[in-house]
Amino acid sequence: MLTALHSTENTVKTMTAEVANIAAGAGNRTRYVLLAILLAAVITFALRALPFLIFHGERKMPEFLVKLGAVLPAAIMAVLIVYCLKSAITDWRTNALPQILAVLTVGISYKWKHNTLLSIVAGTAVYMILIRVL
Amino acid sequence: MQNTNTSQRKNPTHEQNKNILKEAFVKSIPILCSYLFVSMAYGIMMEEAGFHWYYSLLVSMSVYTGAFQFVFVTLLSSGASFLTIALTAFLMNSRQSFYALTFVDEFAKMGKRKLYMIHTMTDETYAVNCSLTEQGETKRGLMFFVALFSRCYWMIGAVLGGVLGQLLPFDMEGIDFCMTALFVIIFIDQWEKAQSHFPALIGLTAAVVCLLIVGPDYFLLPSLIITSAVLMLWNCRKERDQNADGIA
Repeated sequence: MLTALHSTENTVKTMTAEVANIAAGAGNRTRYVLLAILLAAVITFALRALPFLIFHGERKMPEFLVKLGAVLPAAIMAVLIVYCLKSAITDWRTNALPQILAVLTVGISYKWKHNTLLSIVAGTAVYMILIRVL
Repeated sequence: MQNTNTSQRKNPTHEQNKNILKEAFVKSIPILCSYLFVSMAYGIMMEEAGFHWYYSLLVSMSVYTGAFQFVFVTLLSSGASFLTIALTAFLMNSRQSFYALTFVDEFAKMGKRKLYMIHTMTDETYAVNCSLTEQGETKRGLMFFVALFSRCYWMIGAVLGGVLGQLLPFDMEGIDFCMTALFVIIFIDQWEKAQSHFPALIGLTAAVVCLLIVGPDYFLLPSLIITSAVLMLWNCRKERDQNADGIA
């Protein structure tokens, strides 16, 4: 237990103080982990529920937020695609080519057939083959 | 109309239920491919950090987010402070506040299922929900079962990863690309039915610019804030123009 803590301390220098805190209550490790999970779960749920927490009952969501919610999906889909391709965008050397070719496969096959599953299978197959071949 | 919907919800025929289940499963297949393997990787990572499968299951069940769960492993095993954990969870997951905006009305009609829908709102379920063309109670049933199935895939994967670990004989690296593929397909769908391409383009531009400036770890939140701000201004201007046209 202590050796594990020491090695962590060495690798994660910035968290030294926090590791020391845990070492002090090593017997309470389970409690720490469970509390940490509860904390993360509550925060995540609260964030997802935020618009519902603010606008409920008499307090209707204002018109400008309703309109925003209606146009957001298209914009968020673009953001999520960038998120998936972030490694290719920031660094061209990390399998950018397989990602670009696979995205093109998905786009072109979908424009052609409009078959969701076909395009997903084709794109993923192209990607999985290319990362092994290139 | 409202009455018919409610009665349908209370007494849906067996056939209708079966069709909704089947359709929800088909819609969730891309999520299945992605979640099962990504959460298996998560279960393996947890096991390597010294947390057995029941911890992976507990986190997957209660927290249920993608990227943050991976960072959470590092936080837990290094014994990070509660403040660090809270801040990281806040920064990495606040983007999901935006997702609820699209579905406030829809969820409000879902009764007891509403809390479950809020809890299961991930990037992927949001994307699939946005792609549904069905209406009314059928749509809400589909949304619920897609959410339910997806969460099951995620939990099953996490447990499998923890229990089987690296015993898996096959190399599935790259299978998670199916999620990227799904996002691209939904993007094309949205593009084709949109009256204006401005929202899609502003999302794309904001995300790329933020990625290049902020870096890959924290660019999602600033991208969404900028996108939302620009879209709100755009909505206002559109309304003003329409009003001006009306007067003229």
